[in-house]
Amino acid sequence: MTALAGPSAAVAAPSRPAGPPGLRGRPWVVIATLAALLAAAAVASAAVGAAGIPPARLIAALGLGDAGTAEAAREAARDQLILLSIRLPRIVMAVAVGALLAVAGTILQGLFRNPLADPALVGISPGAGLAAAVTIVFGDVVLHGALGVEGLPIAAFLGALAVTGLLYRIATRDGRTSIATLLLAGLAVGALASAGIGLLVFVADDQQLRDITFWTLGSLAGATWPKVLAIAPFCLAVLVALPVIARGLDLLVLGEADAFHMGVPVESLKRFAIVLVAAAAGAAVAVAGVIGFVGIVVPHLLRLVIGPAHRTLLPASIVFGGLVMLAADTLSRTLVAPAELPVGIVTALLGAPFFLFLLLRQRAVVGL
Amino acid sequence: MSIVIETRDVGVRAGRAILLDGVSMAVGAGETVAIVGPNGAGKSTLLRVLSGDAKPAYGRVLLKGQDVAHYSPRKLAGHRAVLSQSVGVAFPFTVEEVVRMGAGDDRRAADPLVDAALAAVDLESFRHRIVTTLSGGEQHRAHFARVLVQLFRGERDNGPGLLLLDEPTAALDLRHQIDFVAATRARADAGTAVVAVLHDLNLAAAFADRVIVLHRGRIAADGPPRSVVTPDMLARVFEVDVAGCAVPAGLPCVLPHMIAPRPRGSTDRRGR
Repeated sequence: MTALAGPSAAVAAPSRPAGPPGLRGRPWVVIATLAALLAAAAVASAAVGAAGIPPARLIAALGLGDAGTAEAAREAARDQLILLSIRLPRIVMAVAVGALLAVAGTILQGLFRNPLADPALVGISPGAGLAAAVTIVFGDVVLHGALGVEGLPIAAFLGALAVTGLLYRIATRDGRTSIATLLLAGLAVGALASAGIGLLVFVADDQQLRDITFWTLGSLAGATWPKVLAIAPFCLAVLVALPVIARGLDLLVLGEADAFHMGVPVESLKRFAIVLVAAAAGAAVAVAGVIGFVGIVVPHLLRLVIGPAHRTLLPASIVFGGLVMLAADTLSRTLVAPAELPVGIVTALLGAPFFLFLLLRQRAVVGL
Repeated sequence: MSIVIETRDVGVRAGRAILLDGVSMAVGAGETVAIVGPNGAGKSTLLRVLSGDAKPAYGRVLLKGQDVAHYSPRKLAGHRAVLSQSVGVAFPFTVEEVVRMGAGDDRRAADPLVDAALAAVDLESFRHRIVTTLSGGEQHRAHFARVLVQLFRGERDNGPGLLLLDEPTAALDLRHQIDFVAATRARADAGTAVVAVLHDLNLAAAFADRVIVLHRGRIAADGPPRSVVTPDMLARVFEVDVAGCAVPAGLPCVLPHMIAPRPRGSTDRRGR
């Protein structure tokens, strides 16, 4: 130990050793790689499906190449219709929903200081779904369909906000979160919300609410450009807010008291985090239903590779969340084509064992 | 000597229980003060009041002449740093990442501060280890380094600051207890006002210029260790009889020679 005279003592410090080993010291390389993978996955996803469009025809379909023969032009016109009105909105929405769910999970885990939190598992997504379902039924009966598709994300956001705020109140006392209380309370809230959705589906006709599996297992089959536009403001708001909240979430890792000692306005940070989680999860649920486990798998895998610092974890979650969801959705519509699996089945098959693994590792913390 | 932190007739209540009652004290720049007292005497509450964590029911807490309640969290962090008794890190951050948290947004300027702090706590070779995989004492030293970085940065911008320590040596082995005392003394020599809650009276005597004894929420004694840590005070406040203070035959005694005692009350040091 050197007797410490202050910052000036550092001048004599030996040259700094190299950064941490592995990819942890180079998070932006990882993020760029994931972005390249996402672009490749988007091209692949555009090409495959009930009607295949080989990559060579993708270019023609986008009107970029010369069609040549009349036969080829007809084919290109058909491809273009499929691509622009069905596949592209679906790809864009899958990426957006995946990114929103992953970001919601990352912020939620930072807020509750535990990697087991996921918006679907703790009842936030079902709460958003219930609010959306109520809005659909209410909008049809009272407003006679005057409420357009853009109203749903707002309703879902408010539903998610109510549940997130409630969970925080239940699970956190004196700045300490009981993860067991959080998961159990989330289970109850989620069950209640799902029951509410079930009731609404039961009393409403098919036109109003398509089917129960949409709300419990999610689907991107109904993707349209208006829906993409409806959640665009939420995506933008979350994107702008991320750099603002990143440092605060890092310091919150030390606990609320020590975050305050380090200069974090803890109360306003928590409120901000809750609103962001609700906005992200609400927007995702409004257009894609309740899709689980993306919010838990994505941040956890990323922490293993690039470390837990939110400054890089949050942007990485956007890219990797989009990639995971696009892959899951593409699988869900090609595995049993021309039929479709609900995308939540795919994410649960991959994510549920993962959650169990995390739970077992955390057993002591959870108190099981 | 300029006063850094001061309480004026501070009282704290929890329900009907009185935790602190009419506490007035002041700590100047360059001074090290140990707060001692039996369990439940109000030591931690006093520290929480000084740090701005707890608001007093009555009385005032002044940090550099301004009411602590008027500081924003961010501004407060530039004037005082706190080392908690134990800190849990929820995610796998490395030692260096945790220490760097003390530097705020200023990433460039942080490097030399982080290096100096890691050297001060003897954790340079643990830089890239995940902090939660370290032993309790090593984790505590990592957090001390983080607090030192925060203090450095604040003092660079705002002049002498306040360092609050809650049971700082509880998790440390003897070697690192001695190092810890040396590091905090070095900070005090550079002008920091240091306040530590301590259980070990021997350590308090070696560590501090002044010892404040709390008893049932009130200040029972406040002065240099020699005049405060007396058999009479121990009997009155701690209800123990150490009149002899001799080591019984057959029992080993560990009384490390901490470091050379500082000249007490000399004016040249206080003039800084």
